[in-house]
Amino acid sequence: MNANAKAGEQREMTGAEMVIQALKDNGVEHIFGYPGGAVLPIYDEIFQQDDVRHILVRHEQGAGHAAEGYARSTGKPGVMLVTSGPGATNAVTPLQDALMDSIPLVCITGQVPTTLIGSDAFQECDTVGITRPCTKHNWLVKDVNDLARVLHEAFRVATTGRPGPVVVDIPKDVQFATGIYQSPEVAEMRLSYQPKLSGDEQMIEAAVEMLASAKRPIIYSGGGVVNSGPEASRLLRELVDLTGFPITSTLMGLGSYPASGENWLGMLGMHGTYEANMAMHDCDVMINIGARFDDRITGRIDKFAPNARKIHIDIDPSSINKVIHVDIGIIGDVARVLEDMVRIWRASSGAGDKAALDSWWAQISKWRARNSLAYSPNKDVIMPQYAIQRLYEASQRAGKETFITTEVGQHQMWAAQFFGFEEPNHWMTSGGLGTMGYGLPAALGVQIAHPDALVVDIAGDASVLMTIQEMSAAVQHNAPIKIFILNNQYMGMVRQWQQLLHGNRLSNSYTEALPDFVKLAEAYGCVGMRAEKPDELDDAIDAMIASDKPVIFDCRVANLANCFPMIPSGKAHNEMLLPDEATDEAVANAIDAEGKALV
Amino acid sequence: MNARHQATGSAYFIAKETERPETHTLSVVVDNEPGVLARVIGLFSGRGYNIESLTVSETEHEKHISRITIVTRGTPHVLEQIKAQLERIVPVHRVVDLTVVAHELGHEKPLERELALVKVAGSGEHRVEALRLADAFKATVIDANIEHFIFEVRGRTSTIEQFIAIMAPLGLVEVCRTGVAAMTRGPEGM
Repeated sequence: MNANAKAGEQREMTGAEMVIQALKDNGVEHIFGYPGGAVLPIYDEIFQQDDVRHILVRHEQGAGHAAEGYARSTGKPGVMLVTSGPGATNAVTPLQDALMDSIPLVCITGQVPTTLIGSDAFQECDTVGITRPCTKHNWLVKDVNDLARVLHEAFRVATTGRPGPVVVDIPKDVQFATGIYQSPEVAEMRLSYQPKLSGDEQMIEAAVEMLASAKRPIIYSGGGVVNSGPEASRLLRELVDLTGFPITSTLMGLGSYPASGENWLGMLGMHGTYEANMAMHDCDVMINIGARFDDRITGRIDKFAPNARKIHIDIDPSSINKVIHVDIGIIGDVARVLEDMVRIWRASSGAGDKAALDSWWAQISKWRARNSLAYSPNKDVIMPQYAIQRLYEASQRAGKETFITTEVGQHQMWAAQFFGFEEPNHWMTSGGLGTMGYGLPAALGVQIAHPDALVVDIAGDASVLMTIQEMSAAVQHNAPIKIFILNNQYMGMVRQWQQLLHGNRLSNSYTEALPDFVKLAEAYGCVGMRAEKPDELDDAIDAMIASDKPVIFDCRVANLANCFPMIPSGKAHNEMLLPDEATDEAVANAIDAEGKALV
Repeated sequence: MNARHQATGSAYFIAKETERPETHTLSVVVDNEPGVLARVIGLFSGRGYNIESLTVSETEHEKHISRITIVTRGTPHVLEQIKAQLERIVPVHRVVDLTVVAHELGHEKPLERELALVKVAGSGEHRVEALRLADAFKATVIDANIEHFIFEVRGRTSTIEQFIAIMAPLGLVEVCRTGVAAMTRGPEGM
């Protein structure tokens, strides 16, 4: 094949060769996939080259989440390759996951030959129809001469503006056909797609003025800072240092500002800290940097920061005023806007009301003293919060670069609350879609990108079973991922809501017949470990980290622990349920009739 | 400050809508490629927006550009969202709210026209009356025999509605409408 096509060159090759060439030309080193009839020509090309490494998964959903983890931890696009029909439909969950969390994901699907499209052929489905609402854009390529241009465009759309998933559907006859390959430099670019990167200077000046006039300011940052790149996190830290403002972050934004930083209030939202939520409620100026006023963040909208003037920076114009009306909306890339903002703030000498800020911090200290993440330690039973604290300490001891992924549920919230994130791109979680089963394959993707790092999936016993088959992929590819299961034998978050909303009737949230996770690990050819008592924990975690193999760690935790603090449905930021107040009665009455209709 | 919320969409915390809904006409300029109309109407159904009328045709053949005219109804906040969401679609070049432009130019509405084919069957006095009224509406007879007429009628949506209503008791059989084509007044392009 034409492995050496130079930049700017146009060469004749088959559609399948073009796919590999386009991957190389777009800097792709790893793809995650699963073969099948309609992608066999592409797999044949993969076999005949060494530049692009293919990671064989065990289910297409696993390929998608692995590619997401790869993308989130590297800043590069994740790439997945699946066959037609069920291959494509199994990719739908990760595509929607990537759409909601703005992850650049390029999904290449095989399709039945063009002559059979519409005939209900074997393994045919309307892939572009099915994936239209769960992608940023998608393409069905019917002519091999369009293929190179479409593939380059797919990478451009996935990675620029607000990043997101794209699908390129390639019929099998197009993979076999011969046509002209155009390199990214010469391929025609689409005029209708021009994301706006620089913020309006006047708006930024007005925003700085508003910030400078604040008496009770707060910075609320989100996943957009991570997506914007390392420079955005650096500038965010600079802005915090310059202004002395308190900062909180969404689940997706953790790590942009270090958890050890002085001005850090912890995560905000439904399971955020008391100080972060109280500060959000009482602030007089709020600046949202790359977040989207998600309903898990805002709580009750008509009581959201009722006395605040609001500034919102987002690269997606539709995010501005979608949920919360803001006074200043700045459309642009976070790094570019923050660069201007820092420059303008520096130029305006003596900006900020120092005295007001001091008394604001004094108030925040009082909220902090409430110690909203407190839990009752137990000598005999491992508390889940304790397990995560010990895992964090152990990772510090090990001194390795550490990446954390999670599944979805209580363990996810505890991980966000108790694991300290110091850098962006080191925390991978399914925030928007809330996909149980995300964390294990995501960890695989992260480990492929960072072979020497410590990659831990903080998991729940229920979530992890949704994609447990990828342990087999981890073993095959020598990816020593650590699956740290907080095993309480319940779908803990489901149970918590049943206690809150449904009179403690625990309908189907108890898992009667869990597998023996240690034996399961051994069956997959990896290491199984178990800890049942708090005093066994440190040694066991150290042994897990020291292992050069994939590990499933069955950490047996207090079965009935619940996740607090919490903003119950239908309540405002200043109506949190705190752990020491969460008696059975308080839990049962936390949500009124109106709140019960809300999730 | 936070009194404006979407009436539609995925809000878990639904607050009372205080704004009044308005009818606006949007012009959406798109690349004419397979699936582009599905993207546009999928957005409306997926996010719970209304479509009252939809008209689409390629308007610049060399560039393969189509112009989609959508009449929609929503509060100012929802209308702002519709425009922003449409602009996110990759093959969409631009979205112009013709109603807003018309207001800026001091007009109540943009220029809007529809065409309808209206089949009326009957005999005797009804038939004579139908023909007389069609004449009053400047409708043309484009097909007829001794039992029926097919009228072609053009005008504003309200005119078409009125014509159809009048024909109803006179033997109305079938109606086909193009949907609204719209443009702002004055020499400037969109």
